Amino acid sequence: MPIASRDFRELRLEDVSRDFGQHRALRDVNLTVKRGEFVALLGPSGCGKSTTLNCIAGLLQLTGGSIWLDSQRLDEVGPEDRGFGMVFQNYALFPHLTVRRNVAFGLVTQRRPKAEIERRVDEALALVRLNGQDEKLPGQLSGGQQQRVAIARAIVVGPPLVLMDEPLSNLDAKLRLEMRAEIRRIHTMLGCSTIYVTHDQEEALSLADRIMVMIDGQPRQIGTPEDLYARPASADVAEFMGYRNLLTSPAQMTVDGAAVTVSGARVLGTAMGTVGARATVAIRPDDLQPTADGPIAATVEIAEYHGRDFYAVARGTGGEDLYFRSDRRVAAGEVVHLAASPARVLVYPA
Amino acid sequence: MSATNLSLRRRLREHGLDGVTLLVIPGVLFVLALFIYPFIYGLILSFQPKQGGWLANYAKFFTDPYLYDTIWLTLQIAVPATLLNTILSVPVALRVRLMRRQKLLTTILVIPITLGTVMVADGLLTYLGPRGWLNRTLLEFGLISDPVRLIHNYWGVMLSLVISGFPFTFLLTLSYVTGIDPALEQAGAMLGARSRQRFFRILLPLLAPGLAITLALAFVQAFTVFPSAILLGAPAGPTRVISIVAYQAAFEQFDYPLASAIAMLMAAIQLVIIAGLLGARMLVFRGPVSTGKG
Repeated sequence: MPIASRDFRELRLEDVSRDFGQHRALRDVNLTVKRGEFVALLGPSGCGKSTTLNCIAGLLQLTGGSIWLDSQRLDEVGPEDRGFGMVFQNYALFPHLTVRRNVAFGLVTQRRPKAEIERRVDEALALVRLNGQDEKLPGQLSGGQQQRVAIARAIVVGPPLVLMDEPLSNLDAKLRLEMRAEIRRIHTMLGCSTIYVTHDQEEALSLADRIMVMIDGQPRQIGTPEDLYARPASADVAEFMGYRNLLTSPAQMTVDGAAVTVSGARVLGTAMGTVGARATVAIRPDDLQPTADGPIAATVEIAEYHGRDFYAVARGTGGEDLYFRSDRRVAAGEVVHLAASPARVLVYPA
Repeated sequence: MSATNLSLRRRLREHGLDGVTLLVIPGVLFVLALFIYPFIYGLILSFQPKQGGWLANYAKFFTDPYLYDTIWLTLQIAVPATLLNTILSVPVALRVRLMRRQKLLTTILVIPITLGTVMVADGLLTYLGPRGWLNRTLLEFGLISDPVRLIHNYWGVMLSLVISGFPFTFLLTLSYVTGIDPALEQAGAMLGARSRQRFFRILLPLLAPGLAITLALAFVQAFTVFPSAILLGAPAGPTRVISIVAYQAAFEQFDYPLASAIAMLMAAIQLVIIAGLLGARMLVFRGPVSTGKG
């Protein structure tokens, strides 16, 4: 019988570390996941987000720290006894079992009565909208359908916590959007806590209640999607959150922020910490726009038509690349005058 | 003229036949000359006995207990050896899969294959004989009062078949085991299955088709045992395997037709067993043992 019951208050990771030989894959991960919460672990590949998930699942032993479910210590319990649901990146469906028997697997291990198994499998398959495929083998299903089976198999036992390891990364773009909505719907319906690993910031922003950004085996920022999008805590988080323009520049604190130099022009920004003589400036391409009298002069190098707008790269007077979006047509070779609102120019200590 | 030529070529290529296909010819000739021809020659020869009608050799085999008993004697050695090697190789392969120094262990296990049966038999004779290390050590420590008889009997042949057959079944099984996506076992664990349940409900069903092949190949190896049955066994008694009577017919009595008939019967018995194993294989899942498009 799994130890985790559905009504826990919180899952806590305390100073969780994991080494692989000399390589320190995880350092000092602290995270609290409340009941019903959807938390995304976001970061570039190799940042330790999947390692964190496997530690929570119990598939990897910790080399330091502890994991708690309320007052119960979890990291000394095997994965069989944690009772968490998991959706694997490659789905890991049992290829020799039919869809029905794949989904029933967890209930059969719990030795549930046959009638109950039938009923709950039917419910789970209905929830992921996969009726009528029961007797097929996983190999006969499309990627999206396999994904649904994997979700049904993970939730059928009624786990308090569902772990998802890049579940959408093997799907094509259209299906990915569809399944993203599906995951959101299922989460809302079941209300089970979910920890979701992804390297796609859009996925994390759209699904999660809170996001933990990890870089180099360490959590760098934990916050709501809005926080992370608008106010990344550091320049490397900003880089990962889509602040494509990252420039080092001489800086100066002002009364209400910081002044920096971009492409030879003085630009006002928001100080994200105590800024010294040099700073890292982060601006999203969306926040940098050509205007009639913008201070930053640059020459357009490449312009891509994106339907609603243009996405362009311009070369500044200091030789720096400036990425921006423009509502009006821009062409290569054109000189543009770019401007950004001081609230959207983030200045980090270098 | 050239147009039709071209279209013939193209038609052939669409069926996968082009210049490269010609490279198959030496191989086909080799198989024809060294396998198909001798086999058919032997088959025809077996129906041309020295005395009696065309089935006299087969009649002789099945009426002379000295001859037909060998089927039973051989099966008594080959079946347990096959099962033992295959069953033993599964847990070992499952363990080795998780090891870092796989190569070293694999190399050690492959050595008996490279040494050949005769060399292994010679080593076992020295090691297991009445004056060998094993018996001397056991006697020294007072664990036994008389030397254990492990050679020139059933057990000598069995040991030799395990030593030379196990590495083979192990390597085959290891390749099947490593082909199974480790995420499947992890998924089983996440769903509450303990290692025993994971083995019987996930690993074994996925290994079954591979094990059927392993059993078939291991059986053929064990059934045709010859050098170790003579060197380590009791060729006049309990290890008078079928290949020994075939040898005796051919090279002691110079009755080639009878020897051919015995060889044909060996082939027939092996075919029946292999057909049975492969038939059983049809009943289990044989698809790819990894999932997803990953």
